Amino acid sequence: MSKLYTGAEIVFKCLEDQEVDFIFGYPGGAVLPIYDELKNHNTIKHILVRHEQGAGHAAEGYARSSGKPGVVLVTSGPGATNVVTALTDAYMDSVPLVCISGQVPTHLIGTDAFQECDTTGITRPCTKHNWLVKDIKDLSKTLHEAFRVATTGRPGPVLVDIPKDIQFAKIGYSKPKVEKRLNGKSLNHFSQKDIDTLISLMNKSKKPIIYSGGGVINSGPEASNVLRELVELTGFPITSTLQGLGAYPGDDNQFLGMLGMHGTYEANNAMHDCDLLINIGARFDDRITGKIDEFSPKSKKVHIDIDPSSINKIIKVDLALVGDVKEVLKGITKTLKKKNLDLKKSNKQQIAKWWEQIQKWRTKNSLHFKNSDETIKPQHAVQRLYELTKHKDTFVTTEVGQHQMWAAQHYKFNKPNRWMTSGGLGTMGYGLPAAVGVQIAHPKKLVIDIAGEASVLMTMQEMSTAVQYNLPIKIFILNNQYMGMVRQWQELLHEKNYSESYTEALPDFIKMAEAYGCKGIKAEKPDELDEKIREMVEFDGPVIFDCRVDPNENCFPMIPSGKPHNQMILGPSEKEENKITGKGKALV
Amino acid sequence: MANPKSAYSVSSKKEKSDTHIIVVWVDNEAGVLARVVGLFSGRGYNIESLAVAEVDAKKSISRITIVTTGTPQVIDQIKLQLKKLVPVHKVADFKRNDKGVIFKEMALFKVVGNNTKIKKAINACKKYDAVILDKTKKSNVIQITALRREIDKMAKNLRKFGLVSVSRTGAVAMTRGDKVFN
Repeated sequence: MSKLYTGAEIVFKCLEDQEVDFIFGYPGGAVLPIYDELKNHNTIKHILVRHEQGAGHAAEGYARSSGKPGVVLVTSGPGATNVVTALTDAYMDSVPLVCISGQVPTHLIGTDAFQECDTTGITRPCTKHNWLVKDIKDLSKTLHEAFRVATTGRPGPVLVDIPKDIQFAKIGYSKPKVEKRLNGKSLNHFSQKDIDTLISLMNKSKKPIIYSGGGVINSGPEASNVLRELVELTGFPITSTLQGLGAYPGDDNQFLGMLGMHGTYEANNAMHDCDLLINIGARFDDRITGKIDEFSPKSKKVHIDIDPSSINKIIKVDLALVGDVKEVLKGITKTLKKKNLDLKKSNKQQIAKWWEQIQKWRTKNSLHFKNSDETIKPQHAVQRLYELTKHKDTFVTTEVGQHQMWAAQHYKFNKPNRWMTSGGLGTMGYGLPAAVGVQIAHPKKLVIDIAGEASVLMTMQEMSTAVQYNLPIKIFILNNQYMGMVRQWQELLHEKNYSESYTEALPDFIKMAEAYGCKGIKAEKPDELDEKIREMVEFDGPVIFDCRVDPNENCFPMIPSGKPHNQMILGPSEKEENKITGKGKALV
Repeated sequence: MANPKSAYSVSSKKEKSDTHIIVVWVDNEAGVLARVVGLFSGRGYNIESLAVAEVDAKKSISRITIVTTGTPQVIDQIKLQLKKLVPVHKVADFKRNDKGVIFKEMALFKVVGNNTKIKKAINACKKYDAVILDKTKKSNVIQITALRREIDKMAKNLRKFGLVSVSRTGAVAMTRGDKVFN
């Protein structure tokens, strides 16, 4: 008879078979058997967070920077409900997470037992799939299936809820063979004919643009390489969504910068005026499209995505290639090369005028801001941070708000998986725990959380985690004492009624850093900024950097809600004539 | 605000809504119906009726039949979103007016009254395969199988004959001929 293992042992056997190195978690009554087993498995390191939301975001940071699934372990009831925000965030941004939660023993389920909640019920709409394991026989199969679901197709979070009695129950373990239960959900649905159609569209186009997104990053580093090759082969201009930054080098001349609500003037105008739009692994999010009816009105639209439900969801497209970005792009470049179609040369004339137009838009210098000698402008702070850290292989996370957009605009990424930000859900408090996860995955690298003072206070407790594990994360706070984006919208939409967007009592971040056992640095004047940033980067340990910036700065350029791409506000002087009126006010 | 033009509204072009019957084959496991129904409520789709039961005990597969209305784009999304659910095997979609498909619903009517009234009620039901399931001096329980609108009509018409209670199922559907949906 084969050896019998407890449910808790089986959890670890599965994690070992899945080559898991780190678990982000927090113990509690319903997961004690699993925590008891932890000591016997030294290839798996547990990272103790200070709040389960932090565990979820740390696992997200780990997953996005390493390409491996993040693993979270929480207890029943509040443990599970606390992780819901992170699961939803991962679901919106397609991050592979496997969350294991404890549950009250099976005979107590449904009795309103202590720390009981309907975890699978609560997390059903915010996971790709979830399971309640009611029989020890199903445990190993379910856990392996969980990893498969989280990492295949469009990645996403899954949850496995394990009652405490199942963790104690005993059964034999055999490595389950990889079960193909795809239910017909295969990934690649494109044909050579589709690729040929696309190439003929590319040949005809006079004003093409490539719009790439997070799908390129999710498809792996090779997808970014093929994307670069495609852009090089075609000579087409390329723009990127917030999540796609880094897939194509941010400082390359063919790159127009980010598009969308706070994208560049040239990227948005090119989207509006183009005659061929090639969407690679993006989802026509509302922050990108602006007003749907006037979105890129003159273009043929092509959409490459692994998720069939993304096609025609928001924008009807002329050609859809459903498949893994890497595979589709490889198919395209291979065909281009085989046909010996040197698009760059033959198309050069054809799209030369288009590039001329793009250069004209570029001269608007839409990311421009008025710098000051008196106060630190937040854009200037991000630019200096970029200049002083770009020679290193730096990883950047952010919170959510103005600072996030300034980081996206002014920090340029050259490699995929270097930029971790909460896009879909827009979770304030994401960046600090995400930085913890990134640093775990890349212990020797420089990891910076570009933060706002309001966001960072939401998950500040994870500094304690960073100190415990000697994670030298740098929390670079652009401190304007306001919830900046809220204040900006109140200024533009609500007659400067700054209702509850000013934080009257902020902590002293220096003292706070010291209280946590890390270093605090404060910069108040532009002339001391560089020196202080260097001090932060050189310090071997976690740092909280309180960068006091101009509290009244707004994030421009901006497409006001309800407006199309070609009606951007470029700066403060323009906002009067381009006021958001009527129905636009009702939008988020 | 009435119908605000949203930056992320699907389209202001009004497309025609049609009634569709969506048939979903799923693994018969705990919570599977909640997943399907939750997808509809979470994404704001409409469910007019619902019928669900296991159809293959060996493979443990249930068949869910959902009647819904939506524009072609919404119906497409419903199908694609359903196909993403892990326990879903396949999804079929029929238009309500598809001649190649049979749709049926069943209803139970309890009629209470004197003999004449009950007789009239039974008569009225005759063309819908009426079956008397229970009979007392004062009451009858009549079963009919028909289309939704026919049952709607009967439920209204029988009121004058002493209808006191109605219970009805959702629609079930099957293709005509020897073809099987794969």
